[in-house]
Amino acid sequence: MEAAVESRVEETPETPLREFWRYFSANPGALIGLGVVVFVVLLAIFAGAIAPHGPAENHDDAFLLPPVWAEGGGWNYPLGTDAIGRDMLSRLIYGTRFSLLIGCIVVAISMTIGVAVGLAAGFFRGTFDILVMRLVDIVLTMPSLLLAIVLVAILGPGLVNAMIAVSITYLPYFVRVTRAAVIGEMAKDYVTASRVNGASILRLMAITVLPNCMAPVIVQATLSFSSAIIDAAALGFLGLGAQPPTPEWGTMLADSREFVLRAWWVVTLPGLAILVTVLAINLMGDGLRDALDPRLKR
Amino acid sequence: MNRHLLAAGFGLAVLGLAASGEAKTFVYCSEGSPENFYPAINTTGTSFDASSRQIYSRLVEFKLGTTEVEAGLAESWDVAPDGLAYTFHLRKGVKWQTTAGFTPSRDFNADDVIFSFERQWKTDNAYFKVTSDNHSYFNDMDMPSSLKSIDKVDDYTVRFSLNTPNAPFLANMAMDFASIESKEYADKMLAAGTPEKVDQEPVGTGPFQLESYQKDAIIRYQANPSFYKGKVKVDSLVFAITPDASVRFAKLKSGECDLIPYPAPADVPAMRSDNSLKVLDQAGLNIAYLAFNTSKKPYDDIRVRRAVDMAINKKAIVDAVYLGFGIPAKNPIPPSMWSYNDAVKDYDYDPDGAKKLLADAGLANGFDTDLWFMPVQRPYNPNGKRIGELMQADLAKVGINAKLVTFEWGQYRKKLQGGEPMLMQFGWTGDNGDPDNFLNTLLGCAAAKIGGNNVARWCYKDFDDLVAEAQRTADPKKRTELYEKAQLVFKDQTPWFTIAHSLQIAAMRGNVEGFKLSPLGYHDFSEVDKK
Amino acid sequence: MLRFLFTRSLLVIPTFVGITLLAFLLVHSVPGDPIELLAGEHGISVERHTQLLHEYGLDRPLSIQYLRYVGHVLRGDLGRSLITHAPVVQEFSQLFPATIELTLAAALFATLVGLPAGMIAAVRRNSVFDHGVMGAALAGYSMPIFWWGLLLIILFSNTLGWTPVSGRISVDYDIAPRTGFLIVDSLLSGEDGALASTLSHLILPAVVLGTIPLAVIARMTRSAMLEVLGEDYIRTARAKGLGPLRVIGLHALRNALIPVVTVIGLQVGVLFTGAILTETIFSWPGVGKWLVDSINRRDYPVLQGGVLLIGTVVMAVNLAVDLLYGVINPRIRYRRS
Repeated sequence: MEAAVESRVEETPETPLREFWRYFSANPGALIGLGVVVFVVLLAIFAGAIAPHGPAENHDDAFLLPPVWAEGGGWNYPLGTDAIGRDMLSRLIYGTRFSLLIGCIVVAISMTIGVAVGLAAGFFRGTFDILVMRLVDIVLTMPSLLLAIVLVAILGPGLVNAMIAVSITYLPYFVRVTRAAVIGEMAKDYVTASRVNGASILRLMAITVLPNCMAPVIVQATLSFSSAIIDAAALGFLGLGAQPPTPEWGTMLADSREFVLRAWWVVTLPGLAILVTVLAINLMGDGLRDALDPRLKR
Repeated sequence: MNRHLLAAGFGLAVLGLAASGEAKTFVYCSEGSPENFYPAINTTGTSFDASSRQIYSRLVEFKLGTTEVEAGLAESWDVAPDGLAYTFHLRKGVKWQTTAGFTPSRDFNADDVIFSFERQWKTDNAYFKVTSDNHSYFNDMDMPSSLKSIDKVDDYTVRFSLNTPNAPFLANMAMDFASIESKEYADKMLAAGTPEKVDQEPVGTGPFQLESYQKDAIIRYQANPSFYKGKVKVDSLVFAITPDASVRFAKLKSGECDLIPYPAPADVPAMRSDNSLKVLDQAGLNIAYLAFNTSKKPYDDIRVRRAVDMAINKKAIVDAVYLGFGIPAKNPIPPSMWSYNDAVKDYDYDPDGAKKLLADAGLANGFDTDLWFMPVQRPYNPNGKRIGELMQADLAKVGINAKLVTFEWGQYRKKLQGGEPMLMQFGWTGDNGDPDNFLNTLLGCAAAKIGGNNVARWCYKDFDDLVAEAQRTADPKKRTELYEKAQLVFKDQTPWFTIAHSLQIAAMRGNVEGFKLSPLGYHDFSEVDKK
Repeated sequence: MLRFLFTRSLLVIPTFVGITLLAFLLVHSVPGDPIELLAGEHGISVERHTQLLHEYGLDRPLSIQYLRYVGHVLRGDLGRSLITHAPVVQEFSQLFPATIELTLAAALFATLVGLPAGMIAAVRRNSVFDHGVMGAALAGYSMPIFWWGLLLIILFSNTLGWTPVSGRISVDYDIAPRTGFLIVDSLLSGEDGALASTLSHLILPAVVLGTIPLAVIARMTRSAMLEVLGEDYIRTARAKGLGPLRVIGLHALRNALIPVVTVIGLQVGVLFTGAILTETIFSWPGVGKWLVDSINRRDYPVLQGGVLLIGTVVMAVNLAVDLLYGVINPRIRYRRS
């Protein structure tokens, strides 16, 4: 990050990356989002060192203690404890790992497969394209959560299966976005030139066309990253995602739902953690889109 | 248009107010939608509460709040000396309910009784397949093999002939599947070409009659004005379907509900401390246990079974997993069942004693075992995995290395009955309140064969003789003695580590009177009142 | 024009066939034996098991089962629930009005608040109001609504006691379901206070379900307005001395509405997803909760029928939006081909 800031001082011609950073850093919301995301990543990496207690460690003498600022709370458990005496703060900190992991894996799976299929569809057109796009249309008629629920029912509840299910529901979006971008690029002169020069199809696809289609794909990826966190948490909330005692935020919410009247913190805090993380990623994503979208640059 | 509607609305509202001035409505916030209104094909308490318990009556009934059998539609009954025939003398003048779709022309009689059973029994009955031909309980209670014939002696006398003597038969007649339906109504609907209406718009002889049902939302009943025990004290009954336990509690507090079943464990302390509410609890008719496969080494050795029993901290399991919703079990039958033997002494938690016993058995260095845990939540076992983990930790302390195993529910049960596991969690919910339904069904020699319900494969002659004799005996006092002895034998031989009986809880507004919890899990509102 | 309508409508056929196949294959991949699950501890004899399999048609080859299924679907028969034994179509039609009522109320809420908020934000670009609205919109867009619902219940139902916790209407009112839409039914019933009770039960779920669409609509309206406000004809109108209200209300809004209407239409799928969670939280007796329950109970016919019916509804709405869009905006017809 610092290296990038320094680069603005030098008056060398702008590389695309620097140009991108200039636009991105002009957006205060995006910077705040980036800051929070970096903070969350650090929490996830150093959870073991930061968290005061283990995530699954239960204390028989401390059921449902309120946070430190409320009456009856103490510094031993700064954000209180849950129904079986586990420290909320520690569980929330460890929860960052699962949320980031969910985001990364879902995006990785759906982007890799989606881009490959979209690229092929946009490149070859014809019957393959028609089939793929029909399939995409069909899958998109299913509300994504419903599809994810059915997929989890097939695969069995659990964090890994929830991630796979969510990835599958995101595939069609990546296929669509990539295909549209590829079709747009294919008409351009440089592609024709490259073709005339006898570049192989694979080379044409992977090296010539793909990099120029990445902007919308990256935007889609940030959108998917944040919604994957929410969707996996929703599955956890319905009892179909990560299983207790995993400190995944949605699962924590579902676990503590029955205490809604007695202990507001066990319900409020995991949801707040989801909201803040997702909001930060979306702020960052907005900045990313503005910086990548050539139309707005003018 | 608008004005017209408003004027009409006003008129109706005035009428409604005048009519509802004195009406007493009892609101029960139930936990789910019933499967349907035909008790004989249903399997869940939720459905029985909504259908059989309110709308229908049976030949004999469970006395409110107990598992004892008392007179119902039959005023009295005789048992043949050989135990092979039950003759029921029916009550006269019992009126069928009059509903929007049916006006009865005659009172309840023997034809109705015969129809209700033949509908589930005789494949050639016109109603056998209506709605569903899967009459689960009729089959589960072995009716097809134990019933020989049902005969009408006269209009008010019916005789059931059996193939073998079977003392629990009487209790079976009080179960939901034995609810009596109107043959006249069924015939009329069949003639009209709408037989399934019998199950959708039920007509019974029970305390309430169905008025309307909106799926997943609300069921409305009216008091049956001609109920044979006299009209109930409330005028109407409402089931407000509220699946979420904490929401039920919130509605109870705000007065939207008069009574709620199955509260969340977390809310119970708050309920008990609230002066405007009353909380009832009672041990349910169930048992969770860990069975030893007595046909496999090392569990064929009684010392090993006792050692495991002493090594597991029962109280910790009940506290941590049942969260105040269970009581530690020492007998294979729950305390709310007649013949429960409170004199039985449970083994104490004693890891050192367990180690000694293991050393005696030549297993001082411990051994490896599997430990199968329940894959699904059941009424008697809220979290099989959690219990398994706690047991595993306790066993490790005495040197027993247990590996946790589970399968998908249908497979799990099959493998247990197939005799494959060594150490396994299982459980049972009583059907008819008869001890035979636990002691013989789960521990008798007949059930110990491969594929049977005696998953401990425990066939012990002393025990089996006692239980078999009790099954042939009709006198309840004599049976009680036999079952009490059987429980002593059971504890001594330890084929199971008895885990817990789950507690059922209901909470109600302070002004509710006359409600009793049933050990069978029913919610019966025939004596309920609001002051 | 007619050709466009015709070809677009024809596309429905392969999509529908695809949906039936998808619903069928998905549901048949769900593991677990429904018959065993029904049997509980008692178990079930092998003969009876085989007999029931045969009765439910579960013992035939998959392809035959599928063809039979499609045959039944074409005759409007989606089978019966394994649990309640009621026809799936009947259960769906009983519960669907509740979902529509909730969804429409949420869409109405989202539009009524989102549209003006987005417009004002665009007109007062970079004002405090603009930043506030856009910040709130992004927060709304990032909202885990299952949590949002719980939060609103804690606040409005438990703490303040303003709204009921769950259900569609107080049990004090016995409203005959004439249309299934409680707002209409309670009006028709003429009972005093019935409508008020219905509305007070509807408001929280509608707000929760409407939150994400509200955010999307506000953002979309703002950017569409900004684009239109920069166009020449608006500048011309301004230069001619037309009042700002007339310029914005008449000229700008009308043109900005086209993309906004599309977005509202495309939110239908999102609304269904949200409805599943909202109905679960508020015990709303609609199809979303029905489907989640059916999975937990392994009620295959309900799951299969429900997926098919909801897919069909979404497909129909998408078709309607597309056709409407094609009619409003002639350019689309060339772009699509």
